[in-house]
Amino acid sequence: MFDQLSDRLQATLSEVRSRGTLSEGDVDAAMREIRLALLEADVNFKVVKSFTGTLKERCLGSDVLESLDPGQQVVKIVNEELTGLMGGTGRDLAFASSGPTVILMAGLQGSGKTTACAKLARHLGESGKSVALAACDVYRPAAVDQLVTVGERAGAAVYQQGTDADPVEIAAWALERARAEQREVLIVDTAGRLHVDAELMDELAKIRKRTRPHDVLLVVDAMTGQDAVGVAESFAETAEFDGVVMTKLDGDARGGAALSVKAVTGKPILFASTGEKLEAFERFHPDRMASRILGMGDVLSLIEKAEQQVDERQAEDLQKKLESDSFSLEDFLQQMRQVRKMGPLSGLIGMLPGMGAMKQLKNAEVDEGELDRVEAIILSMTPLERANPAIIKGSRRKRIADGSGTKVQQVNQLVKQFDQMRKMMRQMMSGKAPDPQQLMQMSGAAPRPKYRRG
Amino acid sequence: MPTSWSEIFDLGARDAAPAQVEPESEERRRGVFRRLRESLSKSRQALVEEISASLFDRIDDETWERLEEALILADAGASTTAEVVERLEREVESGSVPADGEAVRDRLIEILAEVASGGRAPIDLSGEPAVLLMVGVNGTGKTTTIGKIAWHLSQEFGLSVVLAAADTYRAAAAEQLAEWSQRAGAELIRSEEGGDPGAVAYDAIAAARARGADVVVVDTAGRLHTQGNLMDELAKVRRVIAKQIPDAPHETLISIDATTGQNGLRQAKIFSEAVEVDGVVLTKLDGTAKGGIVLAIANELGIPVKLIGMGEGLEDLRPFDPTDFARALLAE
Repeated sequence: MFDQLSDRLQATLSEVRSRGTLSEGDVDAAMREIRLALLEADVNFKVVKSFTGTLKERCLGSDVLESLDPGQQVVKIVNEELTGLMGGTGRDLAFASSGPTVILMAGLQGSGKTTACAKLARHLGESGKSVALAACDVYRPAAVDQLVTVGERAGAAVYQQGTDADPVEIAAWALERARAEQREVLIVDTAGRLHVDAELMDELAKIRKRTRPHDVLLVVDAMTGQDAVGVAESFAETAEFDGVVMTKLDGDARGGAALSVKAVTGKPILFASTGEKLEAFERFHPDRMASRILGMGDVLSLIEKAEQQVDERQAEDLQKKLESDSFSLEDFLQQMRQVRKMGPLSGLIGMLPGMGAMKQLKNAEVDEGELDRVEAIILSMTPLERANPAIIKGSRRKRIADGSGTKVQQVNQLVKQFDQMRKMMRQMMSGKAPDPQQLMQMSGAAPRPKYRRG
Repeated sequence: MPTSWSEIFDLGARDAAPAQVEPESEERRRGVFRRLRESLSKSRQALVEEISASLFDRIDDETWERLEEALILADAGASTTAEVVERLEREVESGSVPADGEAVRDRLIEILAEVASGGRAPIDLSGEPAVLLMVGVNGTGKTTTIGKIAWHLSQEFGLSVVLAAADTYRAAAAEQLAEWSQRAGAELIRSEEGGDPGAVAYDAIAAARARGADVVVVDTAGRLHTQGNLMDELAKVRRVIAKQIPDAPHETLISIDATTGQNGLRQAKIFSEAVEVDGVVLTKLDGTAKGGIVLAIANELGIPVKLIGMGEGLEDLRPFDPTDFARALLAE
């Protein structure tokens, strides 16, 4: 019932992928699943309709049906189309050549504007810019107080005139002040408003006119449903926004709203807000997000993370060891330490291709304590034992267990697992990938709700 | 079906609905319907026209497809949509519902109302003091809803209310609640920012007991249901409350933003696992969002909607009426 988009797409595409030939019926079945998956991810109905339409057309092309691996072709096409839909490679903010760059933030109530303002201020402050915030939400009780607090935390100046002044005047005044104080960026926080509230939308248009922002950003909650399109269209008309800040992406919503807004308005998503902390704010990478939805893993992000941590020479050594099948427990220990430097493992798993399909891994809270135990066990071995785990028998086992404060069984288990791992590596080095069929069985595809149309 | 404030609150042995509260006049009730209908159908002409004009003209395959489309666009979700439409289709095919536009439409409203009302019960405020716990993800309108509930309890029912500002996380959340406590004439218990939310709830109940107050309403910080540690914190707040009064909290409400899509189901499910949610407050129905996700929540989780929010004004928080909701959804 609650299958996530990437799980659904993966399951569907694995079915197609595992087959040598592809019939029109197969394509129809795959389209139905994709359609349902996208709808459950809150992608707008009309966007889904046209998306699957294009998709089907491409998938039924002769170059796909007659190719040697039609399933792979379908996956490739879905990925391409999805990336296209998300908006290519993304873009940066437009900065003024002189004077303060004005960024106007708008959105519905509760979408997270005020927090996003502070996060953006911090983000820009990090790159050395001097940032000020203008408090133009005079309606929600204590909104100004909130901006003052989070603005200070973000290291930005907050320009406010309480709640009695007119928001348009506050914005104009704040811009003057930002000029006088030679701020490089002025971020204007506005009240949340309904796109059908003519009066407030008019006010937003006025603020826009008075401050001539370089970028107007629409703040959209990632959990928004079908209505995201209507909201975005209205804001596009009145506020002529240039880009989107997607908030609450740290939840488990797949952010179908992101797809819809981009598809309907053509405006790119510039930033993603991914957590409670002010630092949890980053540039949005549409191409990566598409792969992530498809379950191909956010490999680029993972590689970037790894590059920061992994010594290249070490990586080469490892490669050689894997090729010559001389990977030892010592190497394993080094690897494990490297990986752990990249952060908590549970975060990394989600970035790995195919891992989304493995339920038990996806929801697994990786037990870091278990890893500590493994380290302790290896550290209690002699260099000879680490290089040659096969010699670990009776008394050695007992000594290692005592030395690491573990049980003999745990030592045993580690040695066994390590042995299996080496076998698997040998397989992989000889070019055999793990059996996708097996992975599918592990994912235990849940029964789907019946849905009529394809 | 409770459709007025005096029906939606179960005040137990208390002298419920004091004399100064007039039962809602039929006229005012109608006004409310109109308001709901208007807000529900505001810039939603497309859906409205589709259903009322062409949908039930002729009953054929296309009818069911369009109906599915309409319900999906209302965020009712694929499963619930399929269930509702299949049921209606079956009934028409078997002849238990005549294949006549009007009859089918009426039956659809009935089915939708039935789904939306699954497991309905009043808001239980019979405890002395009664404790109402408000939970939900960030930005769904918890604090505003609490302010309005407090206002109704205090101004219309003459009850003494204590507000607990257990949202110690969001900057200025307590100030926001403080403004509401003044408007409602309720007492506010708060701590410094970053304080322990459990301690605030504890203090509020202790204060309510000492003063013989009727109701304690506990505001909590918005949190995403995926944040395990914050959900644990919420469960702890509940435990702190239950330790002081065995049956408390007597009512736990989750606020769901009407613009929320299918993720609303997960929100309701996971919050319910943590703190046993009794009902939904569907907020922000004054936009163009249809709030159909509450159909899915009632259908799949058996958690009924109890209140709806249609705007920022005090009078914009209303008891939920499933039939009105279904009617308004189809602009009938």
